[in-house]
Amino acid sequence: MDLDNFMLMRDEILLTVIILMMLVAEVLLSQKNKKYVIQLGLVLFAGYTFQSFIPNETGELFGGSYKTYPLVHLFKAILAFGVMMILLQSVTWIKEKLLPYDFAAEFFILIFSSLIGLNFMVSAGDFLMFYLGLELSTMPIIALTAFEFWNHRSVEAGVKYIMLASVSSAILLFGVSLVYATAGSIQFDVITGAMHLPLLEIIGLIMIFIGVGFKISLVPFHFWAADVYEGAPTVISNYLSVISKGGAVYVLMTLLFIVFKAFQTEWNWIMYGISILTMLIGNLFALRQQNMKRFLAFSSVAQAGFILLAMLSNNELGVKAIIYFLLIYIFSNVAAFGVVQVISLKTGKENIDDYTGLYRTNPKLSLVLMIALFSLAGIPPVAGFFAKFFLYAAAASKGYYLLIFIAVLNVTISLYYYLLPVRAAFLRTSENPIPYFKSDIYSKMAFVIAMVGLLVLGLYSGVFEYISGMSNIL
Amino acid sequence: MDILTLFVVVPVIITLVLVLFTKTLEQARMVTLIGMLVQLGMSINLIYKYLETRNSGDHSIMLFQKNIPWFSEFNAHYHIGVDGVSVLMILLTTLIVIAGTFVSWKITPLSKEFFISLIVLATGVYGFFISLDLFTMFVFYEIAVIPMYLLIGIWGSGPREYAAMKLTLMLMGASALLLVALLGIYFTGSAGGQTPTFDILELSQREMPFEWQKIFYPLAFIGFGTIGALFPFHTWSPDGHASAPTAVSMLHAGVLMKLGGYGIFRFAMFLMPEGALFWQDFFLILAVTGVTYGALSAIQQTDLKYINAYSSVSHLGLVLFALLMINKTAWNGAMLQSLSHGFITALFFALIGMIYGRTHVRDITKMQGMMRIVPLLSVAYVVAALANLGLPGFSGFVAEMNIFVGGFLNNDLYKQALTVFAVTSIVVTAVYMLRLTGRMVFGPTTKVYTGLPKAFWYEKVAIGILVGFITLIGTLPFWWLQFIEDSVNNFIQPLVSK
Repeated sequence: MDLDNFMLMRDEILLTVIILMMLVAEVLLSQKNKKYVIQLGLVLFAGYTFQSFIPNETGELFGGSYKTYPLVHLFKAILAFGVMMILLQSVTWIKEKLLPYDFAAEFFILIFSSLIGLNFMVSAGDFLMFYLGLELSTMPIIALTAFEFWNHRSVEAGVKYIMLASVSSAILLFGVSLVYATAGSIQFDVITGAMHLPLLEIIGLIMIFIGVGFKISLVPFHFWAADVYEGAPTVISNYLSVISKGGAVYVLMTLLFIVFKAFQTEWNWIMYGISILTMLIGNLFALRQQNMKRFLAFSSVAQAGFILLAMLSNNELGVKAIIYFLLIYIFSNVAAFGVVQVISLKTGKENIDDYTGLYRTNPKLSLVLMIALFSLAGIPPVAGFFAKFFLYAAAASKGYYLLIFIAVLNVTISLYYYLLPVRAAFLRTSENPIPYFKSDIYSKMAFVIAMVGLLVLGLYSGVFEYISGMSNIL
Repeated sequence: MDILTLFVVVPVIITLVLVLFTKTLEQARMVTLIGMLVQLGMSINLIYKYLETRNSGDHSIMLFQKNIPWFSEFNAHYHIGVDGVSVLMILLTTLIVIAGTFVSWKITPLSKEFFISLIVLATGVYGFFISLDLFTMFVFYEIAVIPMYLLIGIWGSGPREYAAMKLTLMLMGASALLLVALLGIYFTGSAGGQTPTFDILELSQREMPFEWQKIFYPLAFIGFGTIGALFPFHTWSPDGHASAPTAVSMLHAGVLMKLGGYGIFRFAMFLMPEGALFWQDFFLILAVTGVTYGALSAIQQTDLKYINAYSSVSHLGLVLFALLMINKTAWNGAMLQSLSHGFITALFFALIGMIYGRTHVRDITKMQGMMRIVPLLSVAYVVAALANLGLPGFSGFVAEMNIFVGGFLNNDLYKQALTVFAVTSIVVTAVYMLRLTGRMVFGPTTKVYTGLPKAFWYEKVAIGILVGFITLIGTLPFWWLQFIEDSVNNFIQPLVSK
């Protein structure tokens, strides 16, 4: 390994450098100038996001435990972009809630560490790197979940999350050890060749699936989602629902499509069932929610079920559909959570009923909410429609028509609850609506980016073609 | 830019202008009106160009085609083109939107948003009528459906939230069936191992295996049929129409519900002819049930809008009925009925809106003798009622005549018997229409309503447009039929050759 191919992991290195710079800034800045930590973090990360779109070479490091290729690098860029939007939305929150406790730099450091973890996880070439990445991405987020330590719900969410995350990690690790015991290696390439599927190995694979399924909040491993999302600071709920879920989906995809290919034919029917259950239970629970964060939590459970549709296809079309869906999903969910975040910071209100008459007082915010929810529901011309359509197409390419039928019926169910906030904001008038307020410039930027993304990414096919040009990973 | 894409682009431009530059009701309605007049000019130009091309001896199945790859990964194209039927449907849409703009001359609150939603809906409808690619078609179809939620929910009356939600969920549920059918056609439509395609002209050249047609045809039929008020999936329609604001009822019953029949004609039957023949008898029963059930339900109603909504179920049932008869005469009638019913029902809803705007009552037991109070509206109402029950000279007669003659042309007793059932709906229609007009228009005047304002100029314009076209179709049926026949001849080909 020399300096040249060391730059293969330039994303992770850069992030480490940024973290160190934040630490230094935290130490050097005087108490009065602490607020510039926020600007510093944003600027540095914007630079990082920008560079992450410059393509990287294909190659591997550390004897194959770190691999990079165009698609994974693009995916890291997508994750970085999502985190960038989340950071933009969190500026006010950091200023108002964290600066008084002098926690601003820590927030950035933790969230960047988690992103490094995700980057390592999606680039992993063996189970060691995979597990390290997974833990590195989870631990900082657990801390961030409990970051509003004055708020007992936040602390409670943190405790819940750490308990369940450690149990799921333990299960996953046990599964890895069983696979190691039967296949004789932790290297993905070797395992792929050495799969003979004795019972022990199958148990191991199921345990790994459970561990990753927990991250993606597949039913029946979804119970943590609503409580944690509700209690955590909205920024972190947002991060959990798009970024860390996205990373886990990518890993599950590579595991199922490449590493455990031999296993998939037997596993598909279980996935089939889990997909239906995840969509259905996510949707049915979302129907009854009043709190917007819980609402979005269950909606994101249901969305995970849709992703499984494409997981079943086990072909290149599936890869394309999943990556594209995740991209659009990041835009839609970040926008939806952003609105919730802005409103809850200004007024402390988080319930759907509180949004009654919102359009009359805050038309732009209501429009953002509506477009984001339409995208989640999959209604054209918003990008979410195209993303969902490609998921169906991937499943249809293997003839799962019945499953698609169930999925589209679920879309109809989901449309009901996605329309509830729209109904409150647009159809109804209130005597006591949320008063007009101005959002800060940063969250406005995030909203504009998200809206442009949602309206352009679907109708303009170039983005999808770009992704599909890189998706030949099988 | 080609002349067809402009039909989608102009509404988008109108929407942008509305969003960016208008504030008041006056500005919004002027922008909409000017935009739609441009659209009208384009429609007339399209008809002219169409006739010119056909007369010059170009008999290709679709004219003015444009085919741009969209998602090349899926071989999904933005493929558009028109034939006679789509040209007429585009004209219908334009006229109804213009009439709707006049009817909504004083719409409040959120006037600007109202016109935006209306135009977005129209964009979807235009796009649907010009699509020759299933993917493009589906995108436009859903664009047309979703603004209904806001239009009914915000500006509607009565149980508007319930009606809006019911309508949206039922139509989206139907489009779910459609989506499955569409993917099914895409993946199984090319049995010969060609690249899968969404292009209907290409698909029609390929052989879709019969066992798949059997599965996907009913999905497509019910998917389209729901928006075309196929019994028993019509229940969204009366609630939706009754709660919707006037212009929306007009556009919805006049244009949007036509997407159903049009979709079955253009996509479902054309691409899956064997499936269509296999399921023909079953769906005929549903269609005939819808025709008679709609008419009988209308008798029971006392709310003007409900009467008309059920009447729409019955008359659009006839469109599906005629399509299922599968012969040229019936199909000519089906398309003519789509067109004619578009104008008639729009006129009805416009008049109901105007009368309701004055009396604030839609219950027919509570108003009588409107002729003395609002003479013009009453005369127009009588015209609409007579056209609706199929009086010669108006458009309804020509359309229904073709349909029933077409039905009897089948040599098998089953279909003839069903036709007899369907014909009874004419009698029932006469009963409820004549009873209603006799009661509401004539007779002693209800005291409370004397002194209500007569028709305003913008109402007269709207009525004039609609009545004009109803008589035009009724008196010059052959001019209109030339457009329809051209299209029907091509699209019935796969079915009669089997």
